[in-house]
Amino acid sequence: MANSFQCEIVSAEQSIFSGEIEQIVAAGVEGDLGILPGHTPLMTELAPGPLRIIRNDGAEEEIYYVTGGFLEVQPDLVSVLADTAVRAHDLDEAQAEEARKEALKSLNEQQSDLDYTRATAELAEAVAKLRTLDQLRRMSGRR
Amino acid sequence: MAAAKEIRTQIGSIKNTQKITSAMEMVAASKMRKAQDRMTASQPYARQIRKVVGHIAKANPEYRHDYMIEREVERVGYIVVSSDRGLAGGLNVNLFKAVVKDAKQWRDKGVEVDFVAIGSKAGAFFRNYGGNLLAAKSGLGEAPEAKDLIGSVKVMLDAFDEGDLDRLYVVNNEFVNTMTQKPTVRQLIPLVAPPKDDDDEQARPASWDYLYEPDAKALLDKLLVRYVESQVYQAVVENAACEQAARMIAMKSATDNAGDLIDDLQLVYNKARQASITQEISEIVSGAAAV
Repeated sequence: MANSFQCEIVSAEQSIFSGEIEQIVAAGVEGDLGILPGHTPLMTELAPGPLRIIRNDGAEEEIYYVTGGFLEVQPDLVSVLADTAVRAHDLDEAQAEEARKEALKSLNEQQSDLDYTRATAELAEAVAKLRTLDQLRRMSGRR
Repeated sequence: MAAAKEIRTQIGSIKNTQKITSAMEMVAASKMRKAQDRMTASQPYARQIRKVVGHIAKANPEYRHDYMIEREVERVGYIVVSSDRGLAGGLNVNLFKAVVKDAKQWRDKGVEVDFVAIGSKAGAFFRNYGGNLLAAKSGLGEAPEAKDLIGSVKVMLDAFDEGDLDRLYVVNNEFVNTMTQKPTVRQLIPLVAPPKDDDDEQARPASWDYLYEPDAKALLDKLLVRYVESQVYQAVVENAACEQAARMIAMKSATDNAGDLIDDLQLVYNKARQASITQEISEIVSGAAAV
């Protein structure tokens, strides 16, 4: 059994990553999931959150942040159709923290249903960004 | 001398036209580059989602979404993507010809045809052509956004969901290269499985299915709508690149033609001028001889 598989990550704007990897860890709507080579076909929706890929015998790790999308697993191919994706390095922690506070505040004030759903979505996104950054920090701490 | 003067004003007016067409050519060339960038930027997503949907079409799922079931065809829909502006050579005309030809085949079988027009040229054409125009969208500008298209796509998808439409096509110009744009009609739903020899066809059980998270219905509902939207969006940006390329070529040949016309007229003008000078001289000479 080959110990790597092809992975394609695309966002609506561009192709983010394409190459052979050993493992991918994504945030599905029903929880995080890790995919190893030879996984059974799977299709899931992604929640906002980190997307971690491991390659070169675990020597290289990369983290991306996606705002949602779909993940498709074929025996030797994983496709990620992200709504938008950025490298975790490009995330701004201060801004994410600010957005989280802002969303919490508008959640507490809660004027209408529309505001409520939007604020929840914004909160989820901000928290997911912070989670991504946290993972990134832990990863660089390990080195 | 009257004829010569007329020719001179004609040459002047052609020169002005030539200035305009060559300016338009340059504008189109620079816009084309941007439009092409936009097209290539969104291409990976469109290609990847098409691949994924191709896998779904080949799979043997427990839940069959409406978009995966072939129905008896009583009514088909076309989303026709055209440009907003003219002066792009045969770009739109060729496209409409392709649609009309395709639609005629259905009509001969007694199948009704509906249209959604994107771009004002398609809107104008199908209002005259007499098809059933469900929706028209124009004024997308040079940088079309996916959210501007959702409305028109939804009209078609709703019609499909309610069983009014049994097939949906998208029609746009395919960007082959700067010189060539090819009108293409592509079936969106029901989903078409890619040909067998395509990509990694490996030994796997004849009937396989995905694991779905959350459940198949919720997931496929979202994914397939996203699929259609992304394909229509891709069609629009690709058509925009085609429009600029076609305009560039059309304006280039217009500028060249104007140049040829000026050369010809210049020759006629010189001849007329020389003839009139010769005539004047002979008049003077014969006048002098008479005295």
